[in-house]
Amino acid sequence: MIEREITICNRAGIHARPAALIVQTAARFKSKIMLERAGSRINAKSIMGIITLGAGFGTVLKLITDGDDENEAASALATLFDKKFEEE
Amino acid sequence: MEQQHFTILDLLDLDLKEHDALDLRCLGGRKGLVRELSVPDLNRPGLALSGFFESFANERIQIFGRGESAYLSTLAAAGRTDTVEAMFRFPIPCCIFTQSLTPDAAFMAIAETADCPVLQTSLSSSEFTARIIRVLSDIFAPRATIHGVLVEVFGIGILLTGDSGVGKSETALELIERGHRLVADDVVEIHCIAGNILMGQGANKMIGHHMEIRGLGIINVTHLFGVGAIRDKKQIQLVCGLEEWDAAKVYDRIGTDENTTDILGVRVPQLDIPVKPGRNIPIIIETAAMNERLKKMGYHSAQEFNQNILRWLESESARAVYFSRDETI
Repeated sequence: MIEREITICNRAGIHARPAALIVQTAARFKSKIMLERAGSRINAKSIMGIITLGAGFGTVLKLITDGDDENEAASALATLFDKKFEEE
Repeated sequence: MEQQHFTILDLLDLDLKEHDALDLRCLGGRKGLVRELSVPDLNRPGLALSGFFESFANERIQIFGRGESAYLSTLAAAGRTDTVEAMFRFPIPCCIFTQSLTPDAAFMAIAETADCPVLQTSLSSSEFTARIIRVLSDIFAPRATIHGVLVEVFGIGILLTGDSGVGKSETALELIERGHRLVADDVVEIHCIAGNILMGQGANKMIGHHMEIRGLGIINVTHLFGVGAIRDKKQIQLVCGLEEWDAAKVYDRIGTDENTTDILGVRVPQLDIPVKPGRNIPIIIETAAMNERLKKMGYHSAQEFNQNILRWLESESARAVYFSRDETI
């Protein structure tokens, strides 16, 4: 199991489009992928779940991956966050 | 899940309706509205006002009814403020006056300097106490967030769980189409009330009652199917775990055994339902709901069926014995 912190770098925060990108990326991996904010943990393969986090600019989320391809999953998602969801 | 801080301002901000409405307004001590509530309990400060502070439950909300209020006015008439001052030296979260009673100016001034909020409600003490205990026990209830869909089918709250892509939302959509109700899609927030009731609701009112359907995107269930198709919260009475059909796994074929799952320490009946093309899951869920209602009424289909078989076998063998005896005569 891998845990790492990631920060939302794009101005608009996680709205529908970034959420869809996260889900698309997460769905490529077999591992269980979770995002956590202030104690509420959701499945990163669910769009509504990610939007429910209400993660705005500067929010720090905890990314948890668990499974055979947990390393690849964690780095793919971290890259997605770093690239500001190809928005800016 | 970690407990979120709950302040007096949050208490005033609660959007409660009808039999839950607290009808609170703030009379003074506004600076103290950021004070946090740490326990879901109340205290009547009669003893404290008379000067007895041993075991004074100062971390609780203090309720002032007619009795306390009348005692305060006798104190005010005598010009005594020492016990009130002593009371406000404790970190009281807030004082609430019931029946629209208003404290005297001296009391308000002391509360103001102590930065302790003074609230007022029009309700009677007993009614207010009953309501606020209900509200607070809900706020302080253990909670969990679960990935699944909560629907109400024939009055039974059913939580559909399973891996993403197994068809939870599609099943829920078909159930809504058949006249049942959606409570929450994808993220279900569960509160454990009174230690044995699991109340499920959407995690966020803003984006509640929306669903994500592969190929369609996000849809608004309220607008598409009407308000009759939704519900704000519902007790979870049955868990249906949807899973890809696994030929190696043994599925329940009789239903006499009760399978349960543990959510926040409460046992809930659980059914594992295998999904395979051509299996109409919504109809299976509907049947499961009706079967659950029958069980609650005291009729257990599978057990009753087995009882009948046992009775039949017994009578058959009895008859066989009877006839065989006949032949021997």
